[in-house]
Amino acid sequence: MSKLAYFDLPDVGEGLTEAEIVSWKVKPGDTVSVNQIIVEIETAKSLVELPCPFAGVVTQLLANEGDTVNVGAHIIEVEVSQLTAAAAGSMHEAIGEAAAAVADVASTATIEEKPQPTLVGYGVSAAGASRRKRAGVIPVPAVVVNAAPATDLIAVVPSGDQVLAKPPIRKLAKDMNVDLTKVKATGFSGEVTREDVMAAAQVASVFKNQTTPEPKSEREERIPVKGVRKAIANAMVQSAFTAPHVSIFVDVDATRTMEYVKRLKASADFAGVKVTPLLIMAKAMIWAVRRNPAVNSTWTDTEIIIHNYVNFGVAAATPRGLIVPNIKDADKLSMLELAMALEQLAATAREGKTTPQDMQNGTITVTNIGVFGVDTGTPILNPGEVGIVALGSIRPKPWVVDDQILIRQVTTIGATFDHRVVDGDVASRFVQDVASVIEEPALLLD
Amino acid sequence: MTSPDSEIPMVQLLTLEGEFSAAREYAEYAELIRELREADFLKFYRDMARIRRFDNEATALQRQGQMGLWVPAVGQEAAQIGSGYGVGPNDHIFPSYREHGVAITHGVDLMSIVKMYRGVNHGGWNPHETRFHLYAIVLGTQALHATGYAMGLNFEGRVGTGNPESDLAVITYFGDGATAEGDISESFLFAATHNTPQVFFCQNNQWAISSPVGTQTKVPLFKRGEGFGVPGIRVDGNDVLACYAVTKKHMDDARNGKGPTLIEAFTYRMGAHTTSDDPSKYRDSAEVEYWKARDPLIRFEKFLRKQGVGQEFFDEVEAAGDQLAAEVREATFAMADPELESMFDHVYSDPHPLVEEQKAWLQGYEESLGGHKPETPGDDSVNYGGTR
Repeated sequence: MSKLAYFDLPDVGEGLTEAEIVSWKVKPGDTVSVNQIIVEIETAKSLVELPCPFAGVVTQLLANEGDTVNVGAHIIEVEVSQLTAAAAGSMHEAIGEAAAAVADVASTATIEEKPQPTLVGYGVSAAGASRRKRAGVIPVPAVVVNAAPATDLIAVVPSGDQVLAKPPIRKLAKDMNVDLTKVKATGFSGEVTREDVMAAAQVASVFKNQTTPEPKSEREERIPVKGVRKAIANAMVQSAFTAPHVSIFVDVDATRTMEYVKRLKASADFAGVKVTPLLIMAKAMIWAVRRNPAVNSTWTDTEIIIHNYVNFGVAAATPRGLIVPNIKDADKLSMLELAMALEQLAATAREGKTTPQDMQNGTITVTNIGVFGVDTGTPILNPGEVGIVALGSIRPKPWVVDDQILIRQVTTIGATFDHRVVDGDVASRFVQDVASVIEEPALLLD
Repeated sequence: MTSPDSEIPMVQLLTLEGEFSAAREYAEYAELIRELREADFLKFYRDMARIRRFDNEATALQRQGQMGLWVPAVGQEAAQIGSGYGVGPNDHIFPSYREHGVAITHGVDLMSIVKMYRGVNHGGWNPHETRFHLYAIVLGTQALHATGYAMGLNFEGRVGTGNPESDLAVITYFGDGATAEGDISESFLFAATHNTPQVFFCQNNQWAISSPVGTQTKVPLFKRGEGFGVPGIRVDGNDVLACYAVTKKHMDDARNGKGPTLIEAFTYRMGAHTTSDDPSKYRDSAEVEYWKARDPLIRFEKFLRKQGVGQEFFDEVEAAGDQLAAEVREATFAMADPELESMFDHVYSDPHPLVEEQKAWLQGYEESLGGHKPETPGDDSVNYGGTR
């Protein structure tokens, strides 16, 4: 006789009502031991790993990654190998809940005979079960004991999924709307790597809309403002309404930068390091800051603090929203060190592991909107800073060279400054300096 | 990396490599260690390992929905076990809410701590028996309770009489965060002016939830009492022998009428403040690594091995820990919910009409819910799952 036990989503904080399933660490068929970490969840407060309360074999995952699950709902079904007292206790609880719900149903007359799909065969939604009803006072919502067999349950693992990929990669692919079955796998034994997903995303759906959804029936949707979105909004409002912004733009021929990137990629010193035009941009800005220190400063109402170091901020679009981590003392780094720092910063941001320290004390920022296929924009200053540069897309365009129209790799550099500190002449000189390096990276040898 | 004042000298009797060695000015503390026997050393280690294993199991149980909250003390075992054993057999202890280690040195049943954090009761041990008072959740209040108790001992003439049967002292535990509370300063003032028999034991674990100690104080915490007239000393909080010796010396002094002392145990909370926060959001992994190298259990294990304690002892301790964890797990899952009415029982020592009225109202309300309680298993659940 097999014995099934269920682990209900606990309230891991104080008074939390729900959590999101971030990633499963086990799959059906896996053997689990007591206190083995089985799932990572994200609550309103933090990311939390949950240890399994029983030992046995996983029979079903009852929630998908990305799902928001109510506290008290079953999230995993385990066939317990050895019925310890602990497991029995928990099973008891699961039963108790169902029993309580049945009692609820039985105690009132207002039941709709409409079967609903439920997470477990004989179960009812935990929300219905855990809430007690005053007898004869409040009608019970339509909850019905459903004896559907286990095979009708929500399919957790997509059928026919032969893709080899680790759970975080699956999560990444899901977040970026990348179909893993269509990604070219380059990893060991045909495993899909993070780079593969990112590469697929670049060409596919992340940065551009790929589909046009059906018009929605509701006239309006309301999305609660919270978390990273709220922080972004506050920072933007604070910045936009305290610092008078001035933006300027310049078109530039980036052909030599692209050639330079290509040569660096091919060089042995940069083997295994990611080299992108953003790296040259970073170097260009750091060089231009030395020639125009005012753009690398902070306004405090009583004084202007000129920073004689560069904490180089990079606006990063992450699955959780926009964040601006910075590379401390970036001006002290060699080209290779800077390349590695940029790669590390991006990787940390993607994994959602950027710490508050990483985001503090930036002095100037770049935002790489070119990856979205956009030519330029007017960036908003990161609060506390007086300069931000937007690197637009780099693409072949007609360009006049010696009175001839040639096809060159052209981009637009957009920049915004705090006019309290930076006047038009300094702003223009700074942007010209940046542009001159993009046009001729050899200037960096200066 | 650590707090700005981490370079200040402190009482240390064990090097990071587990060598017993005392600076000249700490000789009197080293003397107290020479009075210990092998059994005492083994007990120190056994209890530190035991409380860490318990702590980890409790954290897992919280993550499995078996407790409302857990307050981990991992990393602070030396400060708690060492100081706990430095407290005399008549002395009274006023803890904060993280002193699980101190609790076991005075016979508090670990399951009663689980009960409290599960929400079954408000602290189910009897302070008259254990002399370990109930956990104080409100920051800093316990220092006032301790100081009042110590003042009472003065009034009763139970200090410095030379009679070891009747003389006693008081110790109160709090963290670096609580030092910012007025309660602590008020306690210092009354302790100093009344020359109370007491020790203030501050576990500086470097973080008040997410506030680093550097943002909470401009002077090292052991100096906080000086202006009030309470002298202070800093001890390496991850050195169980130093924590024992310093606590014992100043508790003995207090009991003998020499007045209060503030001990700052310089330590580190390795885990979260409670299961409700996520320390990776506010502190660096490099800092955690720095303190990992100062793990109190590893250091004391090195010491014991140098003294010739063999592997079989450590194996035995580990096996005992696993057994303890299994027992705690089983007992927690099996824990019954308290009778609803019991919450009224100890509001007043004698029956009280207002409380009786409220109790009656609640009983009526519960009955209006139809009589069943949530999550109480029914008898028909026995064959559960049999057909699958």
